[in-house]
Amino acid sequence: MALEKITSVSGRGVYVPGNDIDTDRIIPARFMKCVVFAGLGEFLFYDVRHTPEGVPTGHPIDQPQHKGAEILLSGANFGCGSSREHAPQAIHKAGFRAVIAENFAEIFFGNSTTLGIPCVNAAREDIAKVAAAIEQNPAIEVVVDVAALEVRFGADTIKITQRQSARDALVNGRWDAIGELIDGVPAVKMTAAKLPYMAA
Amino acid sequence: MSKSLFEKVWDAHAVRTLANGQTQLLIGTHLIHEVTSPQAFGMLRDLGLKVLMPHRTFATVDHIVPTNELVEPYKDPLAQAMMDELRKNCAQFDVTFFDRASGKQGIVHIVGPEQGITQPGTTIACGDSHTSTHGAFGAIAFGIGTSQVRDVLATQTMALGALKVRRIEVNGKLPAGVYAKDVILHIIRMLGVNGGTGFAYEYAGAVFDGFSMEERMTVCNMSIEGGARVGYVNPDETTFAYLKGRPYSPKPAQWDAAVANWKRFASDVGCRYDDVVKINAGDIAPTVTWGINPGQGVAITENIPDPAKATSDDERAGIIEALAYMKLPAGAPIKGTKINVAFLGSCTNGRLSDFQEVAKYIKGHKVAAGVRAIAVPGSQIVALQCEKLGLDKILSEAGFEWRAAGCSMCLAMNPDKLIGDELCASSSNRNFKGRQGSITGRTVLMSPVMVAAAAVTGKIADAREVFAVNS
Repeated sequence: MALEKITSVSGRGVYVPGNDIDTDRIIPARFMKCVVFAGLGEFLFYDVRHTPEGVPTGHPIDQPQHKGAEILLSGANFGCGSSREHAPQAIHKAGFRAVIAENFAEIFFGNSTTLGIPCVNAAREDIAKVAAAIEQNPAIEVVVDVAALEVRFGADTIKITQRQSARDALVNGRWDAIGELIDGVPAVKMTAAKLPYMAA
Repeated sequence: MSKSLFEKVWDAHAVRTLANGQTQLLIGTHLIHEVTSPQAFGMLRDLGLKVLMPHRTFATVDHIVPTNELVEPYKDPLAQAMMDELRKNCAQFDVTFFDRASGKQGIVHIVGPEQGITQPGTTIACGDSHTSTHGAFGAIAFGIGTSQVRDVLATQTMALGALKVRRIEVNGKLPAGVYAKDVILHIIRMLGVNGGTGFAYEYAGAVFDGFSMEERMTVCNMSIEGGARVGYVNPDETTFAYLKGRPYSPKPAQWDAAVANWKRFASDVGCRYDDVVKINAGDIAPTVTWGINPGQGVAITENIPDPAKATSDDERAGIIEALAYMKLPAGAPIKGTKINVAFLGSCTNGRLSDFQEVAKYIKGHKVAAGVRAIAVPGSQIVALQCEKLGLDKILSEAGFEWRAAGCSMCLAMNPDKLIGDELCASSSNRNFKGRQGSITGRTVLMSPVMVAAAAVTGKIADAREVFAVNS
């Protein structure tokens, strides 16, 4: 299974401020009553984007100058809460191809990487710089260079970090591990045979 | 070389190192439910794959089941579709399904232990972040996403990097009226909602040694609320006594060998930890949340934080955002806050001992006028145990509605939901904005006995005063 080598992602950015943006906020549970992931994009951040009466609140991702943005920027502990893959699926299906945040919750980070969505860490003041540049010029191209571990925007550059295993998986096109895991099945059976509780 | 339980279990299940440096880790036990598995089965079909070891996957239905509607088709067609899909997938891929008709259905994290499927020294995965619950048995249990559910179905493994281990010791004796729920709310408040990122939490010390399995499960359950994907307690005689005789526990002829094997997985005395935190049990009070994440908690005797007294800009912004959502006054006592709903249940606190403890105190009391109160057993077996002891009657007479097993109002994927900005005293695990099904609904997390105290007084109350707890 040949996967795309994700070395760099670029597009327009949008800043969604806040820390501890949890998975219930990214995709409220009621939208998980589904048996396929299709269509989740329109429910991204739904309850923050709408009042209880369903009126749009003018959330950053709905602002006309940010339509079509592909790089999402946010604060600390992004994606905390549940293990729902529906969260990164909704982000991806809404058109986002990378997330820049101060740091990420563990399960969300793994789920996103498996979908080929680079989640990269940057310092708060650096995220603020990118956000300010986007504010100034929403059309500015933001380049998330996973291979070089930097984000470039206009004439500016900030440093980013990413867990080595995720970076390796993305840039070498092995972010979805299924093929490699299947190759290991003979070894899996040998490991299982040593564990009494795994007996059939 | 001495090792922690985490390292021993990891090493026993490590199949090989993958190209990106992660480990292909064998997942001995896989638990699935209706919300995060249908897409995984869909991916298997798309890829033309089978379930590699169907006898190591167990299914139940919990998130979407209505707790006051037993007959299918359910009124909600989406819930029925998810039920049908799980039933179809389990039949087609030969997976054991604890359906409602089996009498063994319930919240996945309650079913695994009560069936004896959850065992020490094992790896467990489930497409649900509260899978950390199973760590109470000395298992390494991971919440996973749907693509990993696919990976485990197809290969009985997943790709993962090892975690660091933080030992959290709680020593001394808990004061009267302080429960396992208070211990974990205290820990999360202390270490933060992301303090555990990258760590497995090993819970230890006199308090955990003395805890029942159900109390250990309550603590391990909320590890993820502190950012730790895994939480565990080393297995001991309490663990083995709990497991003896359960349907999937080792049979009598294999029992002694199994126990000897389990004991080998416990952390070695003197093993290295990446971090150690020590807490004095006497410092823990009945704890309630005031904000919009489980780390925003205070002792019941404390006041709601005041942003003016925050020590950082982040903390100030966090308090302002939370109080605006919660509609609570800065600096005022949390005690006395009016509630609208009381919820007993969830994978955190929906077990027999939770209802026993509530019944002990609530007998002779009535739920306050205007408070909607529901009690939802975590499994059909818990329901039956409670009913045999007459706990359902005691709760019903007090004014709680006694429901059928499910996740219920913990996450509102079923008809049990808050309405408008109702404030709920809840024994569940998350107080995120909108978590309980209304986008302006408010959740205050607390122990089951504190929920009972709130229910009978109509206000957030100190259960030690309401019920004269003194032992």
